[in-house]
Amino acid sequence: MTQTTDKPNPKHQSTFMQRFKKKNIGWLFIILSVLGISLFYFYPMAQALILSLQSGMGANLEFVGLDNYVRLFNDPTFITALTNTVIYLLIQVPLMIVLALIFSVLLNDPTLKFKGFFRTAIFLPAVTSLVAYAVIFKYLFGNNGLINDFLVDLNIIAEPLNWLSDPLLAKITIVIAITWRWTGYNMIFYLSALQNVDKALYEAAKIDGATAIQQFFFITIPLLKPIILFTSIVSTIGTLQLFDEVMNITSGGPGNATMTISMYIYNLSFEYTPDFGYAATVSYVILILVILLSFIQFKVAGDRD
Amino acid sequence: MKKLKRIFTYLFLSTAALVSIFPFLWMLVSMTNKSVDVTGGRLIPGLHLMENLNNLLESTRIGTALWNSFVIAIITTVLTLLIGSLAGYGFEIYRTKGKDMIFNILILSMMIPFAAIMIPLYRLFGRISADAPLIGLDTLAAAFLPTIITAFFIFFFRQNTKMFAKELVEAGRIDGLSELGIFFRIYVPTMKTTYAAAAIIAFMNSWNNYLWPLVVLQSPENQTIPLLISNLGAGYTPDYGVIMTAIVIATLPTALVFFLMQRYFVAGMMGSVKG
Repeated sequence: MTQTTDKPNPKHQSTFMQRFKKKNIGWLFIILSVLGISLFYFYPMAQALILSLQSGMGANLEFVGLDNYVRLFNDPTFITALTNTVIYLLIQVPLMIVLALIFSVLLNDPTLKFKGFFRTAIFLPAVTSLVAYAVIFKYLFGNNGLINDFLVDLNIIAEPLNWLSDPLLAKITIVIAITWRWTGYNMIFYLSALQNVDKALYEAAKIDGATAIQQFFFITIPLLKPIILFTSIVSTIGTLQLFDEVMNITSGGPGNATMTISMYIYNLSFEYTPDFGYAATVSYVILILVILLSFIQFKVAGDRD
Repeated sequence: MKKLKRIFTYLFLSTAALVSIFPFLWMLVSMTNKSVDVTGGRLIPGLHLMENLNNLLESTRIGTALWNSFVIAIITTVLTLLIGSLAGYGFEIYRTKGKDMIFNILILSMMIPFAAIMIPLYRLFGRISADAPLIGLDTLAAAFLPTIITAFFIFFFRQNTKMFAKELVEAGRIDGLSELGIFFRIYVPTMKTTYAAAAIIAFMNSWNNYLWPLVVLQSPENQTIPLLISNLGAGYTPDYGVIMTAIVIATLPTALVFFLMQRYFVAGMMGSVKG
């Protein structure tokens, strides 16, 4: 009798122990990540906030309150960098997404030949390193570069254009370069989303007399909405941090015509006399923009359905 | 009408394909030409590949840069996969309310732009330089340490763990495996595709990383490939044939990874979205 009443006890204990162990061993799996992200993301974020309230050269920093934030509004270089970044964002991201959508719809046609070739070719730029392709574009768009040669040979322009030393053309060059690098990358997302779309929808639309353009706007776009939202947020965050291309194609020039916020932060910290406090203030602008724009994009896209 | 549309489609796609491939063809051709011919617009292969290679080896530390990039990329890939998958697995298999909350907080770090934390990170590594010279400024360790633990890979592995048969965990427990044993002997081997996809992303990110190495690696013997190419490109009297050779060498590893593992490559991209 006693044996039978005693028996459940150790068993109960061991399951309790197991549960305790199971509950805690879970933490063992995640602890490194929690520590790592705290140390390399959240701690620097807090440090940057404190830095943004300080000013001074190099290591001699003193608290200046919100002076740095006031300085932003009177800093022409910052305003130029911010404007340029917004221009890239407003022109490049929509241009690239529309192009990627067009490619993916064309390539989704089952009767199209050489599909694999077109898909691989258009995706290929996405495997290059940003620095490597930036240097190539710098040479292609140089004064004696191949782009000018082509355009002159085809009689599109009479004289070579100053792609890299004209403020407007330099911006256009940057936009062309980024679009070249990332359109195929985005196209792959749309293509795989399109493959999950029920073909019967298009058949039904055809029977109802919908044109290809109507099908695109009333079937394709609404169905791809979640993935378009995802890619536009990723592209927005990427463009707000634009650095590699500008640094290697134009170095921010001519003047500051192609300067981006990330490049300005780099220059403030490592090219000019280092002012880490003010650089941290500028960096908070990027953070706020990222949060704000992601939020707006979510709102505009509406409920996820 | 329909035929005309067809022709237009092929014309449009062919133009796009040509524009996409042209820079690759150009760098392959230019690698075999003299600098003057590259600037002269020569588009047919020449006989100067060996000469360009020799010049590259003699005038730059391309060997050292390749070695540094490989060391950083391989260590980064291994550690990223290990730490990221442990966490992704942990968050999904040992799910609790508390852990879910921590997960959501970690995910927020994906919104933090690198430029925003670059300066504090630089100062952090500067401060430890005196006490821990092996991981301080201007060391390879400093170049990869902040990049190995990212919310992206935790998220990526958690998403993929959702498709892992949880019965296998129970089966492992019944067989008397420890919890870590289950992870290493059951989970890791069954998730090969996920690991392959993650490895490609981690390797490419590391291989192409530019801004942080630019900030943290100062001495020439610590240069990585992107830093070397950037320096060559910014030179006053650039030898275009040599630069193109360097660019081809820099692009080869990632292009090879893409062509050999195209399936995993796309799987990796999609893995970051689904769920």
